[in-house]
Amino acid sequence: MKTEASGLSNRKPETEAFFPRDRDWHPPAFAPGYKSSVLRSPRKALLSLDGTLSEITGPVFGHDILGELDDDLIRNFARPGESAVGPRIIVHGRVLDERGKGVPGALLEFWQANAGGRYRHKREGYVAALDPNFGGCGRTVTGADGSYSFRTIRPGPYPWPNGPNDWRPAHIHFSIFGHGFAQRLITQMYFEGDPLIWKCPIVRTIPDKAAIERLIAGLDMEATIPMDACAYKFDIVLRGRQSSLFENRLEGN
Amino acid sequence: MPQSSDRLKESASQTAGPYVHIGLMPNFSGIAGVFGTDLGAIMVDEKTRGERIDVKMRVFDGADQPLTDALVEIWQADADGFYNSPSEPRAVADPNFTGWGRLATDMTTGECVFRTIKPGRVPFGDGRLMAPHITVWIVARGINIGLHTRMYFGDETTANTEDPVLAMIEDRTRVPTLIAPRDGDIYTFDIHLQGEHETVFLDI
Repeated sequence: MKTEASGLSNRKPETEAFFPRDRDWHPPAFAPGYKSSVLRSPRKALLSLDGTLSEITGPVFGHDILGELDDDLIRNFARPGESAVGPRIIVHGRVLDERGKGVPGALLEFWQANAGGRYRHKREGYVAALDPNFGGCGRTVTGADGSYSFRTIRPGPYPWPNGPNDWRPAHIHFSIFGHGFAQRLITQMYFEGDPLIWKCPIVRTIPDKAAIERLIAGLDMEATIPMDACAYKFDIVLRGRQSSLFENRLEGN
Repeated sequence: MPQSSDRLKESASQTAGPYVHIGLMPNFSGIAGVFGTDLGAIMVDEKTRGERIDVKMRVFDGADQPLTDALVEIWQADADGFYNSPSEPRAVADPNFTGWGRLATDMTTGECVFRTIKPGRVPFGDGRLMAPHITVWIVARGINIGLHTRMYFGDETTANTEDPVLAMIEDRTRVPTLIAPRDGDIYTFDIHLQGEHETVFLDI
């Protein structure tokens, strides 16, 4: 909401504390079906704290940090004139808060394996080949209404050493910054119809089926570009601020 | 059935996984040329106000092994106790200090070192001053939801004694898990995810 003349925002920054997190909705720290959580989970109770300035505030990143191809994984690692191999897709959606309001200026960072399920990482040992034209990282910042989009290839499923025959469903990792450090979130996006979703021990760390379903992006034919790229829609919800009941008042709470 | 809340549910967290560096520190993970620098690697420049310090962190698992695949983010006030954030209601913070840093733990030693400044004091909700502290957020393979904690400074004994958050820790033997000892310009903060020395983690 910039005014043309001054360049100043006429929307007051929000400075209230956030709604408490529903930790029965999120996965618990200790979820032994996902074996590496066993040694990496605190066993003592968390100390609950009303938001102080240290958590209500957080870094905010402008569009000026973005390069031209940051939101195009098909091309941002490719040699000139070439592109990554795999099904071309667009992922788009909105970042909302719990009150349903779009979150503008949210930094989204995403990373993923290539079409064969191979990550470009020195610790990765899967036999599937690297794609010389695919890096696997991208980022974008949401617009005034909280919307975002990026272009990539659909990642492949990937075997991992957990159970003797565990495979991750196709997924894209997301890291999201809202406006307060307490909103900081990392999650994963899955694809509609993938039968591996319901077998995955990492997905199943989430206790509530409804919470899992909200991490599954739907095929979106309306946003699909014919003869170019299929679209998937993935909305992300961050914590909301407690000022919601009074937000229609002109100023002050 | 009573009426339901019309609030949306927050997207559920998932682990960052072992390859978190690809997305958040691509240059560190060997993916060059996509982003110029890794975001959050540099917090200060020559114009930043305040005392330069190094904060050395390691994260240990329940078997006392350091995590060599963790990612740590910190968030802190400037030297005068203001946050470089649009949600900071009190004053404009030092424009030459980001307040936010992000590093991976070393793939061999498990160590990461933030080059930053010592923060000023920030008020708690009721106006009492909190002791200088750094907010810390940890993600890694095996961690299903990012862990929040705080680092306090070992040479701030008086302020730490008055701190309203440290005062909330019921088991007083656990208070030292949040206090990093100082040696020269280096503070060392060892974080224990589990076990006898388990760090106090926060639900904030």
